[in-house]
Amino acid sequence: MNLKVNGMDRPYDGDPDMPLLWYLRDDLRLTGTRFGCGAGLCGACTVHVNGVATRACQTPMRTLQGKAVTTIEGLSADGTHPVQRAWVAANVPQCGYCQSGQIMSAAALLARKSNPTDAEIDTAMQGNICRCGTYQRIRAAIKAASGARATA
Amino acid sequence: MSAMNGIENVSRRRFIGGLFSAGAFVVAARVLPDSAWAQQPIGRTRADAAALHPSVYLGIEPDGGVFIVTHRSEMGTGIRTTLPLVAADELDVDWTRVTIEQGLGDKRYGDQNTDGSRSIRDFYEAFRRAGASARTMLVSAAAAQWNVPASEITTRNHEVIHQASNRRLGYAALVPAAAQLPVPKPEELKFKPKTAWNFVGKERPIYDLSTIVTGKAQFGNDFVREGMVYASIEHPPVFGGKVRTVDTAETMKVRGVRQTESLDPITMPYMFKPLGGVAVVGDNTWAVLQGRKKLRIDWEDGAHGTFDSEQFKQQMIATVKQNGKVARNFGNVDTEFAKGGKTIEAVYYAPMAAHAAMEPPAAVAEFRNGKVEIWAPTQNPQAVQDTVAQAVGVKPEDVTCHVTLLGGGFGRKSKPDYCAEAAILAKKLGKPVKVVWTREDDIRFDYYHSGGTVYHKATVDAKGRPTAWLQRSVFPPIASMFDPKARNGAGFELDMGLTDLPYDVPNIRAENGEAEAHVRIGWFRAVCNNFQAFAAHSFADEMAAAAGRDPLEFMLDLIGPGKVLDLKAQGVNYSNYGADLAKYPVDTRRLRRVLEIAGERGGWGKKKSGGGWGVGIAAHRSFNTYVASLVEVEVDARGQVKIPRVEQVVDTGVVINPDRVRSQFEGAAVMGTSLAMLGEISAANGRIKQSNFHDFQVLRINAAPLKVNVHFAESGELPTGAGEPGVPPVMAALANAVFAATGKRVRELPIAKTKLA
Repeated sequence: MNLKVNGMDRPYDGDPDMPLLWYLRDDLRLTGTRFGCGAGLCGACTVHVNGVATRACQTPMRTLQGKAVTTIEGLSADGTHPVQRAWVAANVPQCGYCQSGQIMSAAALLARKSNPTDAEIDTAMQGNICRCGTYQRIRAAIKAASGARATA
Repeated sequence: MSAMNGIENVSRRRFIGGLFSAGAFVVAARVLPDSAWAQQPIGRTRADAAALHPSVYLGIEPDGGVFIVTHRSEMGTGIRTTLPLVAADELDVDWTRVTIEQGLGDKRYGDQNTDGSRSIRDFYEAFRRAGASARTMLVSAAAAQWNVPASEITTRNHEVIHQASNRRLGYAALVPAAAQLPVPKPEELKFKPKTAWNFVGKERPIYDLSTIVTGKAQFGNDFVREGMVYASIEHPPVFGGKVRTVDTAETMKVRGVRQTESLDPITMPYMFKPLGGVAVVGDNTWAVLQGRKKLRIDWEDGAHGTFDSEQFKQQMIATVKQNGKVARNFGNVDTEFAKGGKTIEAVYYAPMAAHAAMEPPAAVAEFRNGKVEIWAPTQNPQAVQDTVAQAVGVKPEDVTCHVTLLGGGFGRKSKPDYCAEAAILAKKLGKPVKVVWTREDDIRFDYYHSGGTVYHKATVDAKGRPTAWLQRSVFPPIASMFDPKARNGAGFELDMGLTDLPYDVPNIRAENGEAEAHVRIGWFRAVCNNFQAFAAHSFADEMAAAAGRDPLEFMLDLIGPGKVLDLKAQGVNYSNYGADLAKYPVDTRRLRRVLEIAGERGGWGKKKSGGGWGVGIAAHRSFNTYVASLVEVEVDARGQVKIPRVEQVVDTGVVINPDRVRSQFEGAAVMGTSLAMLGEISAANGRIKQSNFHDFQVLRINAAPLKVNVHFAESGELPTGAGEPGVPPVMAALANAVFAATGKRVRELPIAKTKLA
């Protein structure tokens, strides 16, 4: 089978049941997509599949024929996606481990909802746990990024 | 740099060595000629190799590049940035020319156990000295070159300046000459006045910010060693259990699985030793996880196979009502109790909890020629050296521990059992091994935050003020880690919110009753403060309610005008978080002040609590830091609790890195409310019932406090801890807020267990 990862064509002939997470981390060594729970409960492994925020740990490789996967490494060439910039401006991360997933969820949210309400942020982001407790800065950064997009 | 120069530098370093002994291999490294650098020993930092090297923490190259070593672990506090900022400020550097290096596990750095909120407290001075030493040497070199008194020379932004003659020189040009000068003695150093600080107290982003937001930051779980295999371990489901028989036939059929290895069962005391079990080794993580599921293991559960946390709780509650071991005795509580009068009493309970850092434990180890090299997210690399050495039969100095970034720690990652597992397997297999823990492993095999119960009893006067106060805690102690017979909390555990009750009461007694550990117990962010302070400050709120008094006014009255508590006179050999009591006294004036500020800044009393809305307040000193928390809650008709706002007022002495202190207290508000609202680990038949985030729940963005405001109580005192002290007062303030909103007193955590509707 074939898929695209961060714009590159990738053939795959391994275990079709293996979750995308391990393909990214162990095979491609794109370790920015983090392992947090393996059960779709924490969001640390969030990537985009055809633009939709998806938990890589719950996505078997067999479902990805012809699909385009974007990881944190491919979100922007140089860390300048509006969400990444907003994260930097708000000094969101503490330990940083969950932040790839948080950023990917936030980017997917803003791609479909340019100016989300608090409730919409809650809905889109409640699948992403941050044990350090950076939630209020995440919320502020999403709002800042949405403002930046609106005026861009 | 000549070899001679290198030797000289080493001898000079004895000044620093008086504080932290220099490693012997450094001497060896320094005498090597430049051509041998390719074979430099592991552990030599670029700071060590730099021409100007006045401290193990700092070096400057002739091109002006500054290398600062952080020897403490980065798990989200920002310490990897903050300690270098202290040195950078004294050195007056251009921050863009600073490279931060992560120190290996190495005794020459002094203590590296990044735990107990003491990195700044214990190393602020050392990093100031490192920076000031380098600056003094650069200034002396310039003074000699310009033939002017050093006192006329100032420094700014990587330059040495002589104002009178309008001359300036970049640091780079002065490095060779400065490197020839002796390192000043600590007592000769002059530190910059506060008014000249450029970095300390200023906003500065963390060093790793851009690599984190681009996914390039490397945590332990992300580390790859060429040629490594993956391993995942099925641990005995009951603590202390072992494998009776194992059938690996089905496991070996899984594509990508190479082999299995039985690991020795744990021995007591359990300390940081691995739990034992069966390791599945293979080509990738998925293969070994699949292989694990197909293991057929017959376990022998051992002594803890009947542990039931509900029964254990009832047993602790019975114990807490009996006399215990006296830990503080002031006045005479019994005499006062015997007088009769109005008595208030309550029993509080908090369950065990898991750390659940977002990065589960992981480590990569390689064993070669009797030496181990290991890469791990660890809070304590020297403990990794010791533990691994013991596990594989080598000397600690033959274990090189690289510290990666940590995806959270909270105390879990100061226990390197998972590092020993990787080393044992690497030795057995003769190739690099990565040990991966799943979330289920992490939650089922933690060193748990102890669950505990605390009994409070007081007699009160006509104004409701206590005349005698008895408090008694019972919990399986951390001391069990080192002594299987330990049943009582160690001094340092009782000194976290039990023996240091800050209220001004004429008769106080603190006691501790016995409880046995049936699982591994370990320190968790803020440790025993979480349940002992929850109980103490909830009880203060209960007394206020019983007297019909305003809780804030009542708590201020309990503290009184404030003073330095003389706990020694009350029978407490107070451990004070390892800090000198003369320098870091228990000063209840500072506690009073944060409480007052919380009331002012938090709008206390502006709106009357009740009808499902309320605010609660509590103040607590822990880790030498004074914190008051004000929590606002809304409880709806179904009993669902929302937390629109938390105010955290902090006196942590001089604030080095305000944004990171703020972020620690924002995070502590989330962790404290999370623990109080939801956190619970329970067990039946010796097996932990929870396994992942569906049943060990933590607050998510939709239920976490919507707004956390952090206020600094302006303080010129010595800098103290920021990582932990924000958690305990939040828990009591939350429970007090729930009472204010609903009239329902929460004496048992998590709050989710109490019907509030």
